[in-house]
Amino acid sequence: MIFVELLCRYPYVTGTSVIGIKYKDGILMAADMGGSYGSTLRYKSVERMKPIGKHSLLGASGEISDFQELLRYLDELILYDNMWDDGNSLGPKEVHSYLTRVMYNRRNKFNPLWNSLVLGGVKKGQKYLGTVVSMIGVHFEDNHVATGFGNHLARPILRDEWHENLSFEDGVKLLEKCMLVLLYRDRSAINKLQIAKITEEGTTISPPYSLKTFWGFSAFKNPTLGAEGSW
Amino acid sequence: MTKQQANWSPYDNNGGSCVAIAGADYCVIAADTRMSTGYSILTRDYSKICQLADKCVMASSGFQADVKALQKVLASRHLIYQHQHNKQMSCPAMGQLLSNTLYYKRFFPYYSFNVLGGLDNEGKGCVFTYDAVGSYERVGYSSQGSGSTLIMPFLDNQLKSPSPLLLPAVDAVTPLSESEAVDLVKTVFASCHRERHIHFVVVMLWSGTVDFVNDTCKELTKENSHGDKVEIVIVNADGIHREFMDLRKD
Repeated sequence: MIFVELLCRYPYVTGTSVIGIKYKDGILMAADMGGSYGSTLRYKSVERMKPIGKHSLLGASGEISDFQELLRYLDELILYDNMWDDGNSLGPKEVHSYLTRVMYNRRNKFNPLWNSLVLGGVKKGQKYLGTVVSMIGVHFEDNHVATGFGNHLARPILRDEWHENLSFEDGVKLLEKCMLVLLYRDRSAINKLQIAKITEEGTTISPPYSLKTFWGFSAFKNPTLGAEGSW
Repeated sequence: MTKQQANWSPYDNNGGSCVAIAGADYCVIAADTRMSTGYSILTRDYSKICQLADKCVMASSGFQADVKALQKVLASRHLIYQHQHNKQMSCPAMGQLLSNTLYYKRFFPYYSFNVLGGLDNEGKGCVFTYDAVGSYERVGYSSQGSGSTLIMPFLDNQLKSPSPLLLPAVDAVTPLSESEAVDLVKTVFASCHRERHIHFVVVMLWSGTVDFVNDTCKELTKENSHGDKVEIVIVNADGIHREFMDLRKD
């Protein structure tokens, strides 16, 4: 039954951008650890990237509780896949397809999961990077993807500087460059991020760390200098 | 309690345009490869064209998630048809199926603007054009999507289609040969390209010698850097042939 009162919903605790890129050995993904409650920075240790099964890595922005719900759906999916015990396992393409269907179906029932997702992985040497753009189910795959503000600020940098067969170091540098721009310009970004890597061998999510910022611009030191009639 | 206003929409427009032109023994279907949302480009490399059957190709623009769902529904219905009838669906049959599928969701529509192209049972080119809720018509050529308002009048002028009001009905299938259509294509490309809408880069229909096409591309790309692409699919007696052409990226 569709109860209208339940359907006009708002997100409460939200995460901001996630960025993902393909590199030489697999996929690199970056996300900060902030959980905002409207304009309050309420939670500062939210892990917004999680490994899924053996071959995939999921990053999410948007409502954190909906992300946790998705993780429960995926847990069940992977469990049933393992229980077949047939030597096969769901790859990133399959997981992305599943997520797209779940998101689209919830949108059809007017009860969306308020997330934007990045799904990356490697299986049998094939790299895969896909995204579910929003809660209404638009999706695509590409060599580099981002959610939210990342689409506006990070994608242009990636279009310019991404190329095939990036080394791990170059990939991390590129992601950090994008995350720095987001840190300066996205008000919901915080300076505590993780970088996740997924290759044929498996997933590694780095411990949280900070980027070096620079605020010593002369214009910031005396902002009213030269402003006529300022008071 | 005052009535709540919706704060999200189940629809989005991911842009793009599609075109199809029917010839005596061929059909050309084309669409750009840009996917956008609002003023952002999501990707430059997304195919809006889907092969539904041996001689039947659909191009759709609009809301991508609905387009994908629609393609999946039609593909699975075609599979069932093949199991039950031991043959491929003809283009007119698929045309009817698409119409019915769209009307099925009349009260929560697929936001998908489609053109269906292919060969009919006699091997003649056929094009069917649709609105979002399934009204359809067999025509000689059509365009749908963001750029259709720019493209359609141009095609009307160049293909000199007979009035649909004439009786007895006159077929609008173009008598142009595959190579003659190339000149037309080049001009349509140039005009839509310059006047383009942000949502689509170019919509092209093709048939012609490979050399001419390549020369065209070189000439057009001379003025700008690179671009999103146009995907062009040609259906004829030999089967299905796919080509890409680069476009401006801005």
